Amino acid sequence: MSERPPLVTLITGSRKGIGRHLAEHYVRSGHVVIGVSRSPADWSLSGYEHIAADVSDEAAVLRLFGHIRKKFGGLSHLINNAGVASMNHTLTTPLQSVRKVFDTNVVGTFLFCREAAKLMKPSHFGRIVNLATVATPLKLEGEAVYAASKAAVVTLTHIMAKEFAPFGITVNALGPTPTDTDLIRAVSEEKLKALLGKQAIPRMARLEDISNAVDFFLKPESEFITGQVLYLGGV
Amino acid sequence: MTLVNILEELIYPAIDEIASTLDGPQKLLKTPETVLFGRGAILDSVALVSLIIAVEGRIAEKTGLPVTLANERAMSSKKSPFLTMQTFAKYIAQVLLEAENE
Repeated sequence: MSERPPLVTLITGSRKGIGRHLAEHYVRSGHVVIGVSRSPADWSLSGYEHIAADVSDEAAVLRLFGHIRKKFGGLSHLINNAGVASMNHTLTTPLQSVRKVFDTNVVGTFLFCREAAKLMKPSHFGRIVNLATVATPLKLEGEAVYAASKAAVVTLTHIMAKEFAPFGITVNALGPTPTDTDLIRAVSEEKLKALLGKQAIPRMARLEDISNAVDFFLKPESEFITGQVLYLGGV
Repeated sequence: MTLVNILEELIYPAIDEIASTLDGPQKLLKTPETVLFGRGAILDSVALVSLIIAVEGRIAEKTGLPVTLANERAMSSKKSPFLTMQTFAKYIAQVLLEAENE
């Protein structure tokens, strides 16, 4: 009897924080996991392959997907987790920061979705999960650029869900509340408290809260769930 | 690859692949003059997207070259390279030549 091929899961921004947690979680679940980040990972795991690439560099992204096609012949899941934040008042936000945030959060998400869908299409199965943020619906001051970039990610999610539906690919987004990662280290305690106060459940997200929601989107049984944005914490 | 090779090894098999996914038994005409885009096209817009992606996949498998056929030049060109199977084949030949020389 032939063994079922393993699920192949691609995660961007997997060197640390949420991405690393998701990579370890899906390796434990038996997936083959390919992780991407600009720098090489300082950790390793059997069943995990790390590739250093800039997610907004089209040539590098094409090479990465060429490698996945050659090695695995397809792709089951994509989790677009790579993200850059810029927490600053609009009046003191340099244009370079705007470009950097949009390159990683919007261009990177777009390129990975486009190339992943090409690899998923032949098997008529695929799951894409894009990371959004509660900063968008909460319209948080000081996060105009970051929230706007993730609003673009939400729109990409809604429209790609329709465009990829005929190919058996679902596209959803997950908007975590603040989570204890490097991304929010620069936020003051006072601001963080005010932010958590806007949630129905006023606490930081745990990494397990995030993987639990991603698990739901990736399940084969979730084939009728697409174009949805799930915000944690009751936002 | 010659134009005949491109038609027979890349485009025609991809057309068969698309035909197999369409509702009901369909045989799509495979000639250099067959229209792919615009008036008289044998494919709707989603099927044309599928054809382009299927050909890209076949190129990657055969040559290992990561090419994007729906690039800036193709999409903004006044005369679409996806007009007929012949124009598509010529465009693929050009893209392959450029990719090999990069």
